[in-house]
Amino acid sequence: MNEGKYKIQKIDDYRWRIPREGKMRVDGIVYADEEMMKEIQKDESLQQVINVAYLPGIVGHSLGMPDIHWGYGFPIGGVAAFDLDEGVVSPGGVGYDINCGVRLLRTGLQRHAISGKLETLVNTLFSNIPSGVGSHRKDLKLTLPEEKRVLINGAQWAVSQGYGTKEELEHIEERGCIAGADPELISDRALERGRAQLGTLGSGNHFVEVGYVSEVYDEKIARVLGLEKNGVTIVVHTGSRGLGYQVCDDFIRVMINAAKKYNIDLPDRQLCCAPINSPQGQEYLAAMACAANYAFANRQMITHWVKESFEGALQVSPSESQISIVYDVCHNIAKIEDHIVEGKKKPLCVHRKGATRAFPPQHPQTPEAYKEVGQPVLIPGDMGRCSYVLVGTEKAYTSTFGSTCHGAGRVLSRVKAKKAAGGRNIARELKDQGILVRADSQATLNEELSEAYKDVTEVVDVVEYAGISKKIAQLKPLCVIKG
Amino acid sequence: MLKYKLIDHTADIGIDIFGSTMKELFSNAGYAMFDIITDLSSVDSKNSRTIAVEGIDREQLLVNWLSELLYLHEVENILFKEFCIDKIEDNRLVATLCGEPLDERKHIIKTGIKAVTYHNLSVKEENNRWKARVIFDL
Repeated sequence: MNEGKYKIQKIDDYRWRIPREGKMRVDGIVYADEEMMKEIQKDESLQQVINVAYLPGIVGHSLGMPDIHWGYGFPIGGVAAFDLDEGVVSPGGVGYDINCGVRLLRTGLQRHAISGKLETLVNTLFSNIPSGVGSHRKDLKLTLPEEKRVLINGAQWAVSQGYGTKEELEHIEERGCIAGADPELISDRALERGRAQLGTLGSGNHFVEVGYVSEVYDEKIARVLGLEKNGVTIVVHTGSRGLGYQVCDDFIRVMINAAKKYNIDLPDRQLCCAPINSPQGQEYLAAMACAANYAFANRQMITHWVKESFEGALQVSPSESQISIVYDVCHNIAKIEDHIVEGKKKPLCVHRKGATRAFPPQHPQTPEAYKEVGQPVLIPGDMGRCSYVLVGTEKAYTSTFGSTCHGAGRVLSRVKAKKAAGGRNIARELKDQGILVRADSQATLNEELSEAYKDVTEVVDVVEYAGISKKIAQLKPLCVIKG
Repeated sequence: MLKYKLIDHTADIGIDIFGSTMKELFSNAGYAMFDIITDLSSVDSKNSRTIAVEGIDREQLLVNWLSELLYLHEVENILFKEFCIDKIEDNRLVATLCGEPLDERKHIIKTGIKAVTYHNLSVKEENNRWKARVIFDL
């Protein structure tokens, strides 16, 4: 459709450059193979890579990961880092679902031990974890002071309420709490939307998936991550629910005015932003931290109900199920991190919009348990195929601000996916493949069908060949609950 | 006349909205959003209420209008089916909404909308025909 619309130079088999021109301040670089690059040019995502390169204070390159696709403002699969003095922070570079992320749990169970009980397990998970649009917990509506504590303390709040243990916090990005959160910056609307939604999955592509380790690519590292072939795993994918959407919405309004005030030329209103060191920039980061912490608490609580569901459905004790966290990553976030710019260590504001942090071995923020192997990276695929566990690398740290892909990336719009699913019984098709699905809505199931996504294996192969992550294990689904 | 049509956006969903007046355009935008969310034929106009919305210009007014409807839908668990724009200017509107509380036995949710974005946003008038484009985050 738009092929030939962009000037693209091939750097090597897995990297493509969009050279700086016009108002671009830096080059764009996209990680993809030749076939993917053809697909990527069909939608507007490369224009979005270019638009991000217009923003003041951008450092290095405007980056696209191989799962890049057309988003709003930033592309999904976009990474951009900004100088703290010259640069900007943009709510559109984080997205509405602030700290949407993925958590991987390991268990002490083997695949064969649960194969006869999957039906009960999936039904138990479905009834214990509210899902769907506007899903809320009938048993838990936070008081306002309590909700503010969630926003300040994140997963630590959840642990203090008995959802999991302190040790688990070591296995969460930022230990489940981004510093500097100020709940006084959160609107009444955002607080209202958040009050009854903590501990819920939501709709769209969010899910809890029980699976097993189907392949191990690096035995030694897999052992450090506590993963072994045929071991049962659980992936939780959700974010900050209505609270996060409202924070983004509120701050986009603030930033539209701020961009005018600071004379920032915007190629797309959704890219509205403010200087990082301006009051608006600082307030957004403090409000974003609140929403991010809400999301960490959300995944921590869902983990608790996953554990309870396993114990109930499989009639096992906690010492038998041995469910623990491998790691928990954010994939819609802006973080202040130290990176090497022109040979010098410098703090930058790294926006990851549909991208995952992938820090190398020995990095101070790589958790103690994984110091020798690198930070675990969790890449969920679609419902019918598989997911991957990777680790971060030195090359990611030096070339992509310690970032990698976040998932499969859509290829079919939801409209086309629905058409492709027309008349088919997607749940039945998955069941025939041995995968049980419970979804709040049939429409969600149709939109999320396998063919709607790029093959995650191809995405992961690109980041592995390009050296920005290392493939450790593959997971295959057994049962899934969806919003 | 066609009220709206879906446009193909890879990750999310977009709509082109049409109207012969600005009032009709905004009314059709509300209709389009709830037509995406639910099956409107099963929703009755049991309750009505009046809301006022502001924005810095037409475009933001459209985003704020739809965001307001989405907020009320989520927080108060309501489905709207009628959107009567009583007054409209470039930066504000007053509307009367009709609908009913969401009842899981009666209604279905087809698609959850997280937010109304500013990406590719436009509101235009050409030859007495109004047209707008909005992309939703799903």
